[in-house]
Amino acid sequence: MEIVTVALDTAGVEAARPWIEAAGAEHPSLIDQAHVTDELFGFVNIPNGVWIDEDGVLVRPAEPAWPPRETNDKKYADIPADTPQRMKDMLAEARKIVTDSDGYVAAVRDWVEHGARSRFTLSPDEVVARSHPRPPEHARAAAAFELAQHLWRRGHRDDAPRWFRKAHRLHPDNWTYKRQAWAFADPLQGPTELYDSDWLSDIRAIGAENYYPHDPW
Amino acid sequence: MIIDRLDIDADSFAAGTGWAIKPEGACKGETCVPLARGAFDLADTARRLGMALVHDPAHGVWALGPESLTGRTLVTAEAPDVVLSDLDGNDFHLHALRGQKVVIVSWAPY
Repeated sequence: MEIVTVALDTAGVEAARPWIEAAGAEHPSLIDQAHVTDELFGFVNIPNGVWIDEDGVLVRPAEPAWPPRETNDKKYADIPADTPQRMKDMLAEARKIVTDSDGYVAAVRDWVEHGARSRFTLSPDEVVARSHPRPPEHARAAAAFELAQHLWRRGHRDDAPRWFRKAHRLHPDNWTYKRQAWAFADPLQGPTELYDSDWLSDIRAIGAENYYPHDPW
Repeated sequence: MIIDRLDIDADSFAAGTGWAIKPEGACKGETCVPLARGAFDLADTARRLGMALVHDPAHGVWALGPESLTGRTLVTAEAPDVVLSDLDGNDFHLHALRGQKVVIVSWAPY
């Protein structure tokens, strides 16, 4: 089995480099500067993942793909007292996000061992049926997001936000569209004049437990 | 798919969208959508596939969005041959991993 990581970042290779080098990853560590995998697989947040079998057929559509990591309680246990209040508020919400990396990793291991007989393996029809909905407005959002990225990469930084905003309006539960644009305006993804939403406001609006919608493994 | 004109040919459309133009229509995996007879027409093909064509006149570019004809992200379970670069700028073809199980995981620095 091969793991392939894909960095979704319009800012490109140099934005991802420090993280990949620090990880010292030996698996293919790729950069998706144009977010093409968002469009092709339906990634709407990170981390999202897909499984592909030996014949090149998807057996799981895009879904949350949590790597093993420290528990939220441990990860957010020691927040320095002088941390800005907004960051403390963001971390408090992040602590409430529901993940299941044990379940995800166990499911991957089961698939690796049992292949098509794994209870986690879906038929091609199931994969297609369970892939994210794409009504016409989401297709328009994808086009708007691509246009925004194109303008941003070409240096038209003042003209990109209106297309980012259009993508956000058309596909409001796509966190990748939002986080990419927010991060360009403010590394902490806080409120700015460019966008009518920000990470903290939006996650409070939906409830942190709904950040990674997924049925139990 | 970013384009600066609407009179692109079928090969460019296929390269940018993954939909091959064949005698039976626009095809991806086992799905084919009939097209009008005659020369390839981007606007008509986009309409039939439920693709959005978004125009920024100030910059003279259009973005052609993905298909939405089935109402789902995937039209087929066949994995596309995604080509992405690594840190050194080398192209990596997903199809190079054919014969192995593959888990693709997205992440972001932001």
